[in-house]
Amino acid sequence: MSSEWRKALRTLALAALAAVWVGCAPENYPQSIFDPVTDFGAEINGLFAWIFWLTMLVLVIVECALVYILIRYRNRPGAEPRKIYGNNLAEIGWTLGPAIIVVLIIVPTVRTIFSTYEPPEGEPLVVEAIGHQWWWEFRYPELGLTTANQLHLPVGRPVEVRLTSVDVIHNFWVPQLGGKRYNMPQPAKAPGEAEGKKYNVLYFTVERPGEYYGQCAEFCGTSHAIMRMMVVAQQQADFDAWVAKMKDGSRNVPAGVPAPGAQPVAQTQPASLEAEGYQVFMRAGCAACHAINGTPAMGVLGPNLTGIGSRWSIGAGLMDNTPENMARWIRNAPGLKPDAKMLTFPNLSDAEVEALVAYLYSLD
Amino acid sequence: MATAEATIQSGTTAGSKTGLWSWITTVDHKRIGIMYAVTALVWFLVGGLEALLIRIQLAKPENDFLSADVYNQIFTMHGTTMIFLVGMPIAVALFNYIVPLQIGARDVAFPRLNALSYWIYLFGGIFMNVSFLLGAAPNMGWFGYTPLTTEMYSPGLNADFWSVGLQILGIASIMGGVNFITTIINLRAPGMTLMRMPLFTWMALVQSFLVITALPVFAVALFFLSFDRFYGTTFYNTMAGGDPFLWQHLFWIFGHPEVYILILPAFGIISDVLPSFTRKPLFGYNMVVYSGVLIGFIGWGVWAHHMFATGMGPIADSFFSIATLIIAIPTGVKIFNWLATMWGGTIRFNTPMLFCIALVAMFTIGGISGVHHGSPPADLHQTDTYYVVAHFHYVLFGGLIMGLFAGFYYWFPKVTGRMLDEKLGKWNFWLFVIGSNMTFFPMHFAGLLGMPRRIFTYAEELNLATINQIITVGGFLTGVGVLVFAWNVIRSLKKGEIAGNNPWGSHTLEWATTSPPPEYNFAELPEIRTREPLWDGISSVDVTGPPKAPIHMPSPSFWPILTAASINLALILMMTEKWWPPVLGVALVLLCVINWAYEPASEH
Repeated sequence: MSSEWRKALRTLALAALAAVWVGCAPENYPQSIFDPVTDFGAEINGLFAWIFWLTMLVLVIVECALVYILIRYRNRPGAEPRKIYGNNLAEIGWTLGPAIIVVLIIVPTVRTIFSTYEPPEGEPLVVEAIGHQWWWEFRYPELGLTTANQLHLPVGRPVEVRLTSVDVIHNFWVPQLGGKRYNMPQPAKAPGEAEGKKYNVLYFTVERPGEYYGQCAEFCGTSHAIMRMMVVAQQQADFDAWVAKMKDGSRNVPAGVPAPGAQPVAQTQPASLEAEGYQVFMRAGCAACHAINGTPAMGVLGPNLTGIGSRWSIGAGLMDNTPENMARWIRNAPGLKPDAKMLTFPNLSDAEVEALVAYLYSLD
Repeated sequence: MATAEATIQSGTTAGSKTGLWSWITTVDHKRIGIMYAVTALVWFLVGGLEALLIRIQLAKPENDFLSADVYNQIFTMHGTTMIFLVGMPIAVALFNYIVPLQIGARDVAFPRLNALSYWIYLFGGIFMNVSFLLGAAPNMGWFGYTPLTTEMYSPGLNADFWSVGLQILGIASIMGGVNFITTIINLRAPGMTLMRMPLFTWMALVQSFLVITALPVFAVALFFLSFDRFYGTTFYNTMAGGDPFLWQHLFWIFGHPEVYILILPAFGIISDVLPSFTRKPLFGYNMVVYSGVLIGFIGWGVWAHHMFATGMGPIADSFFSIATLIIAIPTGVKIFNWLATMWGGTIRFNTPMLFCIALVAMFTIGGISGVHHGSPPADLHQTDTYYVVAHFHYVLFGGLIMGLFAGFYYWFPKVTGRMLDEKLGKWNFWLFVIGSNMTFFPMHFAGLLGMPRRIFTYAEELNLATINQIITVGGFLTGVGVLVFAWNVIRSLKKGEIAGNNPWGSHTLEWATTSPPPEYNFAELPEIRTREPLWDGISSVDVTGPPKAPIHMPSPSFWPILTAASINLALILMMTEKWWPPVLGVALVLLCVINWAYEPASEH
């Protein structure tokens, strides 16, 4: 190889490295692992970095040795190489070398394995993350609250995420929160079988408020690629305010809607578009699958819609949360998201859909 | 018998009989090897095309070039094809052709069984791909995790094709493994002790043991799945108390040895090619053999490292992590021994050697990222992302494919009597090296920047478009490399330089006979005294001359192809979901086997 070539290659390599360095800046990549916001993420990134640089040492040695040998011993016509069959000392050396590096990796690895399974000190906030084909259900048993696809977490308090699934295997991954673990479906219990821990857990404490993307990482069927989620990490006070708002069911029944159980009054024009939408919601059968806090809608097959108006997307990351998209989604969800389980509603009139959308947007 | 003797004495070219019928009934290991190679290369083109479709789809965010379901079919079949229809069979093709020649045998131990393996493989591959014509190709990922693959979540024919097709292919592999083990143990030339065997034959032996021990586990797992799907059993049905871990453990107990099933033949190839092009014997032969055997053994104790994110608990995670990292040691030893083989040699940069160099350079990268996965906490990030995709493509493209291409360029002259063109070979090589690194290196970043595997689309705001475009361009460059290779083969078959017996000045026994070898391989079996018989001068017998005594060769038979067809049929009939059609199919298989057993042995 001529020296010009070598120079060009070196320049190219440096340019590539610089490009990678700049290009990987975390702020450009909202789903990157390089900007962890939890103790868990920081711990496993630290381990990864240690292993990475140790192995880079090996990589550089091997590749440099290869290049050196190829240049040094290239095309030597006439030269008859010595027939060397081996060298015990050298071979013991390059067995022990890697063995030492392996030990240097194993020790911190095992320590980190145990610490990631260790429950945090203090009372963690328990969140059940339940995978469905193809959306996420989040339950807060302590708060009596259920939401979907957008997970609110307080900053500074340890969190225990319990991972399960109602159908196939899913995999909860929000890179900035740390590593992923599988959402395993729960095997049916035999009669009399003891209640055991049948779910996976992730423990972490979020240290920085912000919005973090995540998505299902285990192939789970047709729309696996559109099973995304957003984590909204908030200061405790903001989180508490969000919880209070979510739990206030009265917000979800628009003015002008007769109270449940009240005698139906003479049919009059509902007071508002939202109130009309509320009635469409109940009439069209939405409540068979969806629940809204404080209303008779208590379906559990589909996402809980309390607070739907303030979520970042429709269809678990499929599209922006706008009234137009909401209307398209109500009419024909599987046409937008392949094999989505939501029914289609081709028979709703434009006015009915408009009212429904208005109602859903009032649920913020 | 007289006429047969006459044909053998009259010429030294292989296949004195020609025509379609002679290929259908052949039991000659060389012809079967060629059929394996041609078939596997056709599937390689199909699998490559699938890869390019994947790359077109991912070239921009929220692309609608392929629908979600078609994309899922394509990526599933890309993986399934490359592993079961390309990776394993190409190795089998080379074993078939080369191993009997390397050990000085006339054929494999069970020539008709060999033909049976091939036909089962051919029919099984066609069966799986016929599913595309029905729009129902497998769409659940090549590792087919339950419960996604159970009737409830995959009600279509897709998973049926997958479970039955792989069952068929597994049978072919197991038969091949039995055949090679018997051949290598029993049919070595006088003086060819185990520790004088060429490394390629050694790795064929280790690989065959892995095949016959790992594939049956997969067969059981697949039968469970098929029975769940067709006959209503509940092995994997979580609703009925089935454990979702069962499939994963069974699958990976097969699946990890499978990785070594794929890579060990490439290790064997490089260990034979390097000495030829450096004119030095393999450095530390014993260490290379023992580390290969050790990899085979430890390969059995690491399967659950595919499951670090399933929450097995700290004890299991630690055990499988340690076992996995330990396997890096014998692998490292091999790489250092290859480097030491080159050290002090006179390196000739012919195409086979170039591919070997690429193997060392790229497999090392794949091995290193493998170490990253071997640490469970780090793997919690990497698993199920493109980081893993990058890792196993460095191992399987950088390791296996580079090794196999080294093998093609190295042994093509032996098989055809003509050299592949060196200039086209270098184009092939550089397109492969640049294309594959451009494809697979950026995948490391894609994974760490948040791109999971097996997604047919990705959101624009994730900012993954540029990386994916680079990957796509790299994929197409690699594809051009494959076309150059195909052109090289077609052209060289007619116009290639005549090779002679030993064009590379190699050291192992296959180069002692003519190119291509006669049907009986060696006129007289030579006596082996060293590991490099051709460098040290083999015994005085004339291996290429006309045979002095009549040589008994197995006769052609059409029972292998009929038996293969009936085995395929019996398994496919499970898809009727009734019990009696497969039983009828099994009866047909028995009928074929009985006829096979009583076939008169008209030796020639």
